[in-house]
Amino acid sequence: MAKILIDKKEIEAKEGANLLQVCLKNGFYIPNLCHLEGMDSPPASCRLCFVEIEEEDGPVTSCSVTVRAGLKVTTDTPPVRRLQRSALKLLLSAHDVDCARCPANKKCGLQTIARFLKVGLKPKQLEQLRKETEGMEDHPFLRYDPNRCVLCGRCLQVCHGKQGQPFLTFAKRGFDTVIASYGEKDLSNTTYQEFTACAQACPVAALGPKND
Amino acid sequence: MSETTKTTNEEILAEEKAMLEDIAARLSGFARERANLVPLLQMIQERHGYLPPDAINMVAEYLEIASCEVYGVATFYNQFRFTPPGKHQIKICLGTACHVKGGDIILENFERKLEIREGEITPDREFGIDRVACVGCCALAPVATVDESVQGHMAPSKVEGIILGFQIEKEREAREKQKDDAGEK
Ligand code: SF4
Ligand code: FES
Ligand code: FES
Repeated sequence: MAKILIDKKEIEAKEGANLLQVCLKNGFYIPNLCHLEGMDSPPASCRLCFVEIEEEDGPVTSCSVTVRAGLKVTTDTPPVRRLQRSALKLLLSAHDVDCARCPANKKCGLQTIARFLKVGLKPKQLEQLRKETEGMEDHPFLRYDPNRCVLCGRCLQVCHGKQGQPFLTFAKRGFDTVIASYGEKDLSNTTYQEFTACAQACPVAALGPKND
Repeated sequence: MSETTKTTNEEILAEEKAMLEDIAARLSGFARERANLVPLLQMIQERHGYLPPDAINMVAEYLEIASCEVYGVATFYNQFRFTPPGKHQIKICLGTACHVKGGDIILENFERKLEIREGEITPDREFGIDRVACVGCCALAPVATVDESVQGHMAPSKVEGIILGFQIEKEREAREKQKDDAGEK
């Protein structure tokens, strides 16, 4: 066990544990979208889980830090909040904010983080961008909305972590990047449950079973 | 009509089969390493003009990676296409000058006339539509290239004309072929 300080409070945690997980488990909320418990190599792609650590130059993403004795972590400095708010606003500027008609309403990762960071869901300073690419119209079980997707990659983590053939992937690139499903038609033994398990990892209901 | 569609369908199937055999024969020229993924895809694109789903699966199997991963990598690059090119490939320029001069209207005209969208080809594989950025003759905007020839000052009536021209040409060829066939007997 290692002793560390989070927001001046002493916490005991396992050496080598994931710092984001440790913070969350001890009641220090840190906005995060792309992390899943038990990941071995966090993509650190959502850029939301910043904290400051004494002796580090600037804020760092807590999901890519492992615990070692003596860490001094601060979760709510002004630079941290500034980075988090910008990251969130950028995500929202490319997100189809239509909560009333969204299956994730009230359990949406973006809503939670926006409330926590006190950011409006429709940031005014940024132009709203939408993708023209369509979703997975021909998929037997899944529906996908590229304009809801925050490209956190959690569905991929689940899909590639399970037994058997994965079928989800990032496709295209840059602003056009989407989640695509490929080769599922050849996977006769991929069950409906497996598909929905991947979809359940989605924090914003961009991916879900066809009928909801 | 149904007679001709049938033969084209058969032709297409035979072509696809030959293509997959060709790819299969060439796979072994590449070591089974992940690093060969893009070179393999390039070989297929270069020889056959596109990456058919079966070829993607073959590559995945050969390199022992999931086909969705192959697809993910392939879609990252602009150099790969996933539908066969049309016999006549029409490229509509949407570069700045052509955009200002209404290139999108020309694109829409082609799309409506051929009943396909950009990036697609007609079911008989005669025509395909792509959009491109500046072809380098902005003074002629809006520009389309049809196969290798550049068509400047495009207008909706020219769209009709181009397609009609190809259709007439095709009918003439068909008639001549019929005549030849009849003459041979
Ligand atoms: S579909 Fe959902 S889980 Fe997958 S990348 Fe998009 S937002 Fe993340
Ligand atoms: S949770 Fe750390 S960057 Fe997304
Ligand atoms: S913009 Fe179309 S040719 Fe230059």
